[in-house]
Amino acid sequence: MSLDKSLKVRVLVSVGQHPKSGRERRADQDSRALELALGMPGFSVGLLHAGSESPALREYLGMGVKAIDVLKQPSSADVVPALVQALRNDSPDLVLCGTRAETGEASGMTPYRVANALGWPLVPAVVSISRGSDGTYEVLQALPRGQRRLLKVRTPFVATVDPAAAEARQSAFGPAQRGQLQAVAVASVADPAANDLEFSPARKRPKRIAAARKATTAAERFKAATVKSASKGGQVLVKETAAEKASAILNLLVAEGVIAVDSPS
Amino acid sequence: MLNAALPWLLAGFLIVLGAGAVRRISLWRAGRPAPVDLIAGLMAMPRRYLVDLHHVVDRDKAMSNTHVATAGGFVASMALILLVHGFGVDNVWLARALLLTTVVMFAGAVLVFRRRLNPPSRLSKGPWMRLPKSLLVFAATFFIVTLPAAGILPDGFGSGILAFVLLAGIVAGLGEMLLGMGWAGPMKHAFAGALHLAFHRRPERFGGGRSTGLKLLDLDTAGDKTLGVAKPADFTWNQLLGFDACVQCGRCEAMCPAFAAGQPLNPKKLIQDMVVGLAGGTDANYAGSPYPGKEVGKAKGSAIEVITEGLVSQETLWACTTCRACVEECPMMIEHVDAIVDMRRFLTLEKGTTPGKGSETLQNLIATDNPHGNDPASRTYWAADQNLPVMADVKEADVLFWVSDGAFDMRSQRILRAFVKIMKTAKVNFAVLGDEERDCGDLARRLGDDATFQSLARRNIEVLKKYRFKRIVTTDPHAFHVLKNEYPDLGGSYEVLHHTRFINELVEQGRLQLNARTGGTVTYHDPCYLGRYNGEYDAPRAVLNAMGIQLAEMERSGFRSRCCGGGGGAPITDIPGERRIADMRMDDIRATGAEVVAVGCQQCTAMLEGVVEPRPEVQDIAEMVAAQLVDVAEPATAREVA
Ligand code: SF4
Ligand code: SF4
Repeated sequence: MSLDKSLKVRVLVSVGQHPKSGRERRADQDSRALELALGMPGFSVGLLHAGSESPALREYLGMGVKAIDVLKQPSSADVVPALVQALRNDSPDLVLCGTRAETGEASGMTPYRVANALGWPLVPAVVSISRGSDGTYEVLQALPRGQRRLLKVRTPFVATVDPAAAEARQSAFGPAQRGQLQAVAVASVADPAANDLEFSPARKRPKRIAAARKATTAAERFKAATVKSASKGGQVLVKETAAEKASAILNLLVAEGVIAVDSPS
Repeated sequence: MLNAALPWLLAGFLIVLGAGAVRRISLWRAGRPAPVDLIAGLMAMPRRYLVDLHHVVDRDKAMSNTHVATAGGFVASMALILLVHGFGVDNVWLARALLLTTVVMFAGAVLVFRRRLNPPSRLSKGPWMRLPKSLLVFAATFFIVTLPAAGILPDGFGSGILAFVLLAGIVAGLGEMLLGMGWAGPMKHAFAGALHLAFHRRPERFGGGRSTGLKLLDLDTAGDKTLGVAKPADFTWNQLLGFDACVQCGRCEAMCPAFAAGQPLNPKKLIQDMVVGLAGGTDANYAGSPYPGKEVGKAKGSAIEVITEGLVSQETLWACTTCRACVEECPMMIEHVDAIVDMRRFLTLEKGTTPGKGSETLQNLIATDNPHGNDPASRTYWAADQNLPVMADVKEADVLFWVSDGAFDMRSQRILRAFVKIMKTAKVNFAVLGDEERDCGDLARRLGDDATFQSLARRNIEVLKKYRFKRIVTTDPHAFHVLKNEYPDLGGSYEVLHHTRFINELVEQGRLQLNARTGGTVTYHDPCYLGRYNGEYDAPRAVLNAMGIQLAEMERSGFRSRCCGGGGGAPITDIPGERRIADMRMDDIRATGAEVVAVGCQQCTAMLEGVVEPRPEVQDIAEMVAAQLVDVAEPATAREVA
């Protein structure tokens, strides 16, 4: 257990936005990440936020954490360098965050860029993490349609938490008020793209539905429209060279019409 | 011999009583400070006891007479005993008066004894079974002991063996009456009860008044001040005193809908657990009905231990619908709902353990100002075809129609539309707040989240400040109660009317003419927040009357109306029981043979309509009235009911 004491998990939290009212709140996925962290015995949990010092951050404190380290950043800044610098100083064993933010670019790239800069592996779409033997962690990953995959991962690593992970606990007013938003001074790096961005409300992405070819009854059409067929075709490339793998991906993208056909193959 | 010993005995018992009283007072003083006018309270106490408390006790005539005889007899006897036997005042008439008072007390005690032969389940047993015997012994003994002084028996009477018998009687009688009073026997209720009446947290309730709004919570979290009540010592001292006044009569238990539904709540047990908490110990000596489904004897606590960690389970606190039936019925005027909400405040604001959909609902209220997370900009969608004047445009109106969150619910929208139709027919100059309206805060507050309540209320008050109107009218008794009784603490005082009263006014002024309603029997369900919370029993009945309806009243109606199960956030916390409260209420309704139950609350409508068919139809009074409107263009002769 004495070994456990030294384990540190850092949860990266952002300011979310309610989908209906647009008001600031704790982000759903980030709070699930915090919930996951709070449920891991033997870890000391620390919160890290880069951006503005919004009162909505207190909702994370209301879940029972004493403080959040706030790296104040102007809205035009790229938060990744700041996060990476803070994480380097702090050297946690584990970094958790949501899959994508509810505001801003919401590209879902932040965890990848942070992991890349730290040189750590990233495990996406996690729903639970438990300690295995031999110092590894058993990480349960959510796959489409309720499937799960168990991975063994060695610390340190970055994990993004899937919306299918356990719902965040209630945020209580008292602890939220008493908790501290601790400003940590870090340099900020401007995001060159920030000024060119144009924001618009997200739209639901159209879902690809399998065409009901021989559907004769309404039930069949319904089934075709709702049941996602198990992926057919596809290939698993393990031993192939990097070039072969790359060209397989490229071919798929061309076939799907993601990339214009005139690119050379 | 006896005569010589009596003064010393009396003095001894009084000293021990005094010591007990001092200890008891120190237990209460562990509570938080409360603003109480001590002198005024003590001065008002006799009147509160003789008039206000008597009104409540008098609902049970037999018990009321019993209590008057016993208590009156005892108080008078005790005073005379001190004179005759304590100070040895040698006056035959005083002694004869004492004989009379002991006879009265004895008669009362006989009645208590008879009631205790076959006690109803709501009464606590244990030491309370001993009390009538002690009363009889006390009265009989002092009757005999006083006979010589009254000149009826020779002075030498009462020596030898008889003296020992009488001595035993005196010790037993005084022991129960005086020691028990100071040292937590059943007679404690007389001592604590009298002070509780003097220092009551809601003095407005006396003299025919009403005080039902919850008290504002100070949200200051500086230092380690806990929000709400975690430990018994977090109650105010006069709340602790109030718990101690409980006589375990179980009238609250008999009225509690959650108890009847087999949910783990019994208001009497809850108050007794608070007594256990303030004095420290376990509930092993509790001799009444348990919380349904929970064993007695396992609970323990003290003034400085967290209540929900061993004394009372959280689900007990969440099972309450805040219907106030217990408070209405309690002869000691104990405030159960205040205590329950105080403890909920701790659970929600400090622990974050609101059960069921509590967390989600509160988050929605915070993020969207309505409990279901609807887009706050869609609040007026229900009225897209109604062409309603909006305050932001008109700035001024006679009536501000408070729409409530019923705006988002399709069933409630029918009630809203009906009421709009009524107002338009009566040519009422009204307007709505539209998207500027927010949830009134009732739900958040009953769920213990006073922070969200205060935030919603403050913002609503800000909006209301911008406009001019004479009165607010709403179809939602919860909004009605909160706006009328709880906003004043935050600086918003308005004249607020429930739509039934407003409609009744319109009818009385001749601005509305109603056809007689034909069709089956109708009964009326009093919503808790309209009836017990606001005393509005007459207007709904008058409106129904104006439509020529003869009500078939339920046994439990008026101030004894049984809750529909929808208040206090109960549908959200959803604590399981053996039955559903709404089903029990529907059985009450069925017992009248009614085909239609008239209601005045969208929450009641939802709860009662949730009962499986076949069942009587549920209609809001607004809907019933809207169906009987006489078009004003028609000649007045169309009006059939005067
Ligand atoms: S709380 Fe009131 S009604 Fe309930 S048992 Fe005690 S005295 Fe009776
Ligand atoms: S308010 Fe109603 S539900 Fe709550 S304890 Fe009292 S009687 Fe029972």
